Amino acid sequence: MIMPPVLTIMIFLPVICALMITIIRGDKGDEEIVEKNVKHLSLFGSLFVLAFAVFMYANFDKTSSDFQFVEKVSWVSAAGVNYHLGVDGISIYFILLSVFLTPVCILASWNSVKTRIKEYMIAFLILESMMIGTFAALDTVLFYVFFEGVLIPMFLIIGIWGGPRRIYASFKFFLFTLLGSVLMLVALLSLYATTGSTDIPTLMHSTLDVEYQKWIWLAFFASFAVKMPMWPVHTWLPDAHVEAPTAGSVILAGVLLKMGGYGFLRFSLPMLPHASMYFAPLVLTLSVIAIIYASLVALVQDDMKKLIAYSSVAHMGFVTLGIFSFTQQGIEGAVFQMLSHGIISAALFLCVGVVYDRLHTREINRYGGLVKNMPNYAVVFMVFMLGSVGLPGTSGFVGEFLALVGAYQASTAFAALAATGLVLGAAYMLLLYRKVVFGPQKHKDAAAMEDLTAIEKLVLVPMALLVIYYGVFPSTVMDRVAPSTAALMTHYKMSHEPLGYNEAMLDTMPAAGENSEKRSGS
Amino acid sequence: MIANFNIMPLIPELFLALTAMGFLIVGASQGNRSTAVLCWTSCLATAIAALLLLQVSWENQLSLNGMLVIDEFSGFFKLMILLGLATSLALSVDYLYKERIARFEYPVLVIMAGLGMMLMVSANNMLSLYMSLELQSLSLYVLAGIHRNSPKSAEAAIKYFVLGALSSGLILFGISLIYGFTGSIDFAVIRETLEQAETASPGITIGLAFLLAGLAFKISAVPFHMWTPDVYQGAPAPVTAFFAIVPKVAALGLLMRLLFYAFLPVSGEWMQIVYFLSAASMIVGAFAALAQDNIKRLMAYSSIGNMGYVLIGVVAGTTEGAGAVILYLLIYMIMTAGVFTVILCMRRQGLMAMQINDLAGLSKNSPVMAYAMAALMFSMSGIPPLAGFFGKFFIFLAGVKQGLIVLVVLGVLSSVVSAYYYLRIVKVMFFDPAADPFDRGMVLEKRLILLVSVLFVIGFILKPNLFVDSAMSAAKALLL
Repeated sequence: MIMPPVLTIMIFLPVICALMITIIRGDKGDEEIVEKNVKHLSLFGSLFVLAFAVFMYANFDKTSSDFQFVEKVSWVSAAGVNYHLGVDGISIYFILLSVFLTPVCILASWNSVKTRIKEYMIAFLILESMMIGTFAALDTVLFYVFFEGVLIPMFLIIGIWGGPRRIYASFKFFLFTLLGSVLMLVALLSLYATTGSTDIPTLMHSTLDVEYQKWIWLAFFASFAVKMPMWPVHTWLPDAHVEAPTAGSVILAGVLLKMGGYGFLRFSLPMLPHASMYFAPLVLTLSVIAIIYASLVALVQDDMKKLIAYSSVAHMGFVTLGIFSFTQQGIEGAVFQMLSHGIISAALFLCVGVVYDRLHTREINRYGGLVKNMPNYAVVFMVFMLGSVGLPGTSGFVGEFLALVGAYQASTAFAALAATGLVLGAAYMLLLYRKVVFGPQKHKDAAAMEDLTAIEKLVLVPMALLVIYYGVFPSTVMDRVAPSTAALMTHYKMSHEPLGYNEAMLDTMPAAGENSEKRSGS
Repeated sequence: MIANFNIMPLIPELFLALTAMGFLIVGASQGNRSTAVLCWTSCLATAIAALLLLQVSWENQLSLNGMLVIDEFSGFFKLMILLGLATSLALSVDYLYKERIARFEYPVLVIMAGLGMMLMVSANNMLSLYMSLELQSLSLYVLAGIHRNSPKSAEAAIKYFVLGALSSGLILFGISLIYGFTGSIDFAVIRETLEQAETASPGITIGLAFLLAGLAFKISAVPFHMWTPDVYQGAPAPVTAFFAIVPKVAALGLLMRLLFYAFLPVSGEWMQIVYFLSAASMIVGAFAALAQDNIKRLMAYSSIGNMGYVLIGVVAGTTEGAGAVILYLLIYMIMTAGVFTVILCMRRQGLMAMQINDLAGLSKNSPVMAYAMAALMFSMSGIPPLAGFFGKFFIFLAGVKQGLIVLVVLGVLSSVVSAYYYLRIVKVMFFDPAADPFDRGMVLEKRLILLVSVLFVIGFILKPNLFVDSAMSAAKALLL
């Protein structure tokens, strides 16, 4: 069977939808109809993309660690750059996450965004195509184009539809990320100048001088650490999250942060194994600081969005911890943690959005006793809260647990310190939940809020089910991730062998998915 | 010596020269009534000249006894220049009438300047270099002062003229030193002499430094940039547009011919100078623009910064570097044309509104223009997937390949700083509360130019080879 160019279709379909939206016009007085058409078109467009993604997922060969659905066309021939796309067991999940969250965002904005709907939808559709492209690109330049192209729609989303300090937040977001990215660009150019290739699979198998690797690694690190974000370059995230509209926060937390982790897995580890090894203590230290520091900061927040933003920093700390443990469990845990965090934090921001739409404040103390007037809301919020805490049986547990197992093998001290983050995480999330959902109904307006609407249920319930499903059956994800991470680890080990590194911790492990399934299932 | 005029490849230039003279006669007899007609026929003349240019052979050949050289490099530059001329003429007509400065000299001077530029990129001899440079410069001085009743315009013209004359003096002095030490003003002979000499004599180095300083004035590279903000601000807006779009392209063409051909054997000498010019321009262009409120001044500093990026490609000194410069100039020219189209539409109650804050809320009043401007601004700051990114990409690539890591890192960092002020324009248009709308009615030619510019900026990614390959092959002709 000849495969259609699924990835290209998925990248360009949202752009085509966006172009179609620009030509939707109406006479004076037809504004409502126009808005409705715009919303429907973007929703169906993004659902269509989701359908393609599901088709791709169904046809994905889960035994293989090779890139699949590969497309390769010469693009900028003067620089040898190809339009090269493909997915492996890691990137396919990030693409699924992106195309899943886009319709969620569109639905979440259905009634809450009132101004410039056309532009809003166009921005999200363009954003979707950039996100898919970032995870599907197999050429460094192509990757960079998508990776940085994300900035334009996100800048506009925060700046136009954001809160009172939106201008500051949008500039900070843009310039921080850009500063990191341009250094990565220099590294990409330098890699091209040295190896003569911009092809990611080729670069993965090239051996580079160890000293040279360190410089390149630092440049990549500048970009990915800002994007993750790691402590101490995380400061843009709370600002961006607080000011962004709900859907903007969802994409930011759900997908954009993962680009950093994905970058580490796609570039730093396979291309620069020695530098990764060399800098691992630095990354582990920063991760542990991020976990503890961000959790402590989250404890004292009054603003719900800010609290979740800091919790994101902490959760991303587990991701870097897992990746730089250089164990298969650690890396699988990191991938799983990113996916799970993508759903959970996105859903938490949606939960904040639900009450924000009704009361127009995110101050925790303005709420209380919501369980009485919003019982359905209390239930779904609880699922996501527990997922964020990492309760066994939710997807949050699997990722954090595996990341810690990996970290434990690398260093007991780091794992022990990071584990305190779990306790702190439970503290701030439970505190938030108690203050908002339980307790007395202090404010009349908060007590008068209505429960979830049909659209909100349509968005939140599937996400809650996913959190539980992946918590109970993590192997559905792990089966596909395992071959790719195993290949990554094999490659990583091989590149170290000639230099005499022979770490006991790099012994082949059985597929980690099976173990964790048993654990959480029992 | 056999006289070898070989005048055929100069048909486009001859045509333009005759046109300009003819128009001068028409203008003298018909007066300022004829300005609109002359402007549009000038556009037509540039189009015809471009067609003629495409007909003549671009094979490497000499003309007028080796005074001029015709090759793919000069051909490509001439096409860019003609495109820029037509664009700037089309952008001016409406403005000239609204400001009541529709003098018939305007199109004639533009054509004359264009003729000078076309000869500049063909120059193969210090004499033709200087002649063509002066033909261009003198026309530009007058253009800067064309708004005779405006003190600012007069001030701009005086400043431009005085500093321009100074730079011409520097160039002449440099030429005389080089002549003294090589015994020739012919590029080919200079190159041969330099190749045979074992070490470069200090006279050559000093002469080259003077020559470069003079040319740095023309492309407004730091520290010879002082005139740019004042002239950009003081000159009438379409003249500023013209200054921003075309002359720098020509001056860089000239600079590249000089450095990559005549002075290639002493590349070690000029690379240091250009390295410094490049780094200083990027930094000053990025930081000085932060404090600007006038959009024309902002564009002046932006152009200084952009010249800094371009010079990275020159420092690289390779075919790739030259190709990157040509590509960058092409992209920059088209983006700038779009930006100035928007600037020329900033008019309230018949008066130009040139502050950045005057753009406030443009996205509410005229959303299409605001989105076009936003796309151009993102492209200017080099954000993919827009065309500006690819310009910077090839420049930085050429730099990295030559190991100019420090310069390239400086470049990317200053591009982050400059992103701030480009974003500020986007912010004013989109995030700030709306100000009074600009005057309605955008004339057809402006719509067309803006459309082409934005389509180019957005669509470049779909077929990059189209432009990249022709720029690279033009560069190959230079560095045979």
